[in-house]
Amino acid sequence: MATIVIGGGVVGLSVAYGLLKRGKEVIVLDGADDDFRASRGNFGLVWVQGKGANAPHYATWSRRSAALWSSFAQDLHAETGVDVDYQNAGGVEYFTDEAALQKQVETLSRLRDALGGDYPFDVLDHAALQERVPEIGPKVVGGIYTNMDGHVNPLYLLRALSIAVRKAGGTITTGTHVVKVDAQDRDFTVLLEDGTRIAGDALVLAAGLGAMELAHSLGFEAPIRPQQGQVLITEKLPFFLKYPSGTLRQVNEGGVQIGASKAEVGFDDDEDISTSAALAQHAIDVFPHLGQVKLLRSWAALRIMSPDGLPIYQRSPTALGASFMTCHSGITLAAAHANLMPDWVLESNAAPDVSQFSESRFHV
Amino acid sequence: MFRAMAGEDVKRPISFTFEGRTVAAAPGMSVAAALLAEGITAFRQTAVSQSERGPFCMMGTCYDCVVLINGETVQACMTPVREGLIVARVPIVTQAQAS
Amino acid sequence: MSNSFDIVIIGAGPAGMTAAVEADRHGASVCLLDEQSDAGGQIYRNVAQAPAARTKIMGEDYREGAALVENLDASGAVHRRNVTVWKVGKDGAIAFSKDGQAEQIYARHIIIANGATERAVPVPGWTTPGVMTVGAAQILMKTSGIMPVGAVLIGSGPLLYLVARQLVAAGAPPKALVETQTRADLIRAMRHFWQALRGWKQLVKGVGLIAAIWWARVPRHTGATDIAIEGEGFVERIRFRAKGRDHVIQSDTVLLHQGVVPNTQVARSIGLDQIYDTAQFCFKPVTDAHGQSSNPLFSVAGDGAGIGGAKVAAISGRLSALNALRQINKITETDREKRAGPLLERREAEMAIRPFLDAAYPPPQQVLSPADDTIICRCEEVRAGDIRRYAALGCTGPNQTKSFGRSGMGACQGRYCGLVVTEILAEETGQSQDAVGSYRIRAPLKPISLGELAGLSDGKTP
Repeated sequence: MATIVIGGGVVGLSVAYGLLKRGKEVIVLDGADDDFRASRGNFGLVWVQGKGANAPHYATWSRRSAALWSSFAQDLHAETGVDVDYQNAGGVEYFTDEAALQKQVETLSRLRDALGGDYPFDVLDHAALQERVPEIGPKVVGGIYTNMDGHVNPLYLLRALSIAVRKAGGTITTGTHVVKVDAQDRDFTVLLEDGTRIAGDALVLAAGLGAMELAHSLGFEAPIRPQQGQVLITEKLPFFLKYPSGTLRQVNEGGVQIGASKAEVGFDDDEDISTSAALAQHAIDVFPHLGQVKLLRSWAALRIMSPDGLPIYQRSPTALGASFMTCHSGITLAAAHANLMPDWVLESNAAPDVSQFSESRFHV
Repeated sequence: MFRAMAGEDVKRPISFTFEGRTVAAAPGMSVAAALLAEGITAFRQTAVSQSERGPFCMMGTCYDCVVLINGETVQACMTPVREGLIVARVPIVTQAQAS
Repeated sequence: MSNSFDIVIIGAGPAGMTAAVEADRHGASVCLLDEQSDAGGQIYRNVAQAPAARTKIMGEDYREGAALVENLDASGAVHRRNVTVWKVGKDGAIAFSKDGQAEQIYARHIIIANGATERAVPVPGWTTPGVMTVGAAQILMKTSGIMPVGAVLIGSGPLLYLVARQLVAAGAPPKALVETQTRADLIRAMRHFWQALRGWKQLVKGVGLIAAIWWARVPRHTGATDIAIEGEGFVERIRFRAKGRDHVIQSDTVLLHQGVVPNTQVARSIGLDQIYDTAQFCFKPVTDAHGQSSNPLFSVAGDGAGIGGAKVAAISGRLSALNALRQINKITETDREKRAGPLLERREAEMAIRPFLDAAYPPPQQVLSPADDTIICRCEEVRAGDIRRYAALGCTGPNQTKSFGRSGMGACQGRYCGLVVTEILAEETGQSQDAVGSYRIRAPLKPISLGELAGLSDGKTP
């Protein structure tokens, strides 16, 4: 009997891929071309630095996924022929404000202590940073480098996962809209808008913001909300930016990607000028030569935000075999979602302990 | 190959350079037109395959005629010629190819 | 300089010019945003500046544009030149770039009059230097007085004949016309012929063009298929099949044309309802007879609302101005009906020939559904076969396709590949073009420098 995965973004496809590798039959139900689709709007970072500042278990989880990323990328390449261009030369967070830099150093130091010292990072002053990144401007006071960070082409990743899932025997039905789910223990019937019924003995709800509609009927709270992020991308440039940061990275096609804002504007994924202008200013503050470079495109996407910003992994309290997965770091966690989480979905002995990411933490 | 139309005044008093080569132009011409008149049909290379490209639409919508002027990438078809203008090809970008 | 107007018009072609004059005449404060340095749009490009000899070669239809420019100059409309509009807000705010500076302007009503672009003609080798649109050749003639010598013109449509005739008059008759129109196309078009007779003057003009081309002994090949352009780094020759034979023609310049299509970038960026016109094989914004779109703040006029040509555009510009005036309560509904009535009749008469032309010169299958290894996205060099592969991977629309394959991510923002991608996806997935949809368009509508954009920053952190 099949596992139904509702949601064909990076979370749904990653876990589907892993389930298929474990011999399960998987049906992925994906939405429409013009749905919100956070997986199309993200930054492409495989990022560890700074995550879980107040939740060391999240830092560990991110790190664990990042450590699996290299073989995950190779695996996808071997399976599909698509090179997702995973780079892990490390990442740098660039700072133009001394106080902000110090605050982050303190945060990371606390995190390092909480993790027993296993959290490598270097604090670089302007001069040291300029040796590594000659293009930084005078406003940059310093940066924090860590070899734990990397980046990838997130769109190639989506395409690779799409191919991989199909090659492994999974079904991906696109352009669907789930109207309702009849959920009993290990017995699920999904009703689509066009009247089709899909049956399965396990179900994973990984539908991003779309999960809000279905969550309650499956016993989940899904306390998620949209948070808008805008990203700019420039014309293609000769390669100069070796170390991505959380806000600036040069993608493999050559453009420099600049992001990302955070705005609580509900389900609005329209870009606005003042945010775009602020992002442009930030890019110029860090790399002054970008002032003359042309902005080619911008986009805005809606992150799926839980109250504490951490992933939610929850098994249904009302229907055995149903689980809920959501996060806003779907790229970083893709390796863990493909390699570790399928065991959790299957409730096997190899399942990682992700109990700290359950919804019960919101009841405190 | 481009030539002046019948009845045109063929004086080209304005002079600028493209990749170091001197090009003569008439006032009112775009950089793209002047380069075409000079026999230059390719202005840049693509990032994906390094293929040669030149003007296609002449109306500012295709972005195939982009050149470098004063450190900025601009459309040659939308840039009027000026005395002493220094025009160059956009620096080559090579990129990872999606498979 | 004021940055707030009753009516702002985007585009200074025939529709934009007449709209500005009409709106100004009724006492509205009007600003016309012109991407070029002189009014005229593309069809009347440089008409006020071009020397007499050149204007004569381009023909009397071109000359008519001069009067429109004169009227505009005489009006009170503020004409901002060399302006690149890069964002239009649904709320009536427009951001544009002028002289390297970003500016913002506000309007109570906006008329989108940004005209049309040439349909992309994806045949093998169409990205080779030396290949241009016929429109590009016309622009070179109008603005710079230069013409291609020994060019081969490929495609179909009245503009193909017009440019051929202009080249003959200019002293460089085309080496050949390679036309994709088949006899079957013409026969199918005949059912619209009686209606087209209302536009007999235009028919006569068309016959005159073809006669001039024949007189100049320009070889014409009709029913051409399997067209390919060859050459390494520059055009060397054209191959095609016609009348059961393979043909090769040597040339260093190719001019392509398969009709023009509405430029819908601005309309889509603000989410105006659009519809696929099955007779013209393109999307256009949904508008009523007065140009009113699905957003009360916006009207669309001219070829940008649906292809009709310059004369129709000039009439529709006035209609959209009257609509705008009515929307902002500068004139009453009764007033608008009174003034619009005769204009609507005239436009209908001018449009009578359209169904015939659309049916007689359809884009051929080779262009609507290119072969797998033909580049369809020029900017990112994505091929038709790639799009078909993404459809097989479940992409039901252009946006997912774009994210898989980068088509539409280049500098032209899908202006040329958009329709082709929609057609291929419609064919592959069995959906209508309306169901497939088109690329989501976002600011910047045209690239602007980060420095210029940063200049609009209000200092807050993102």
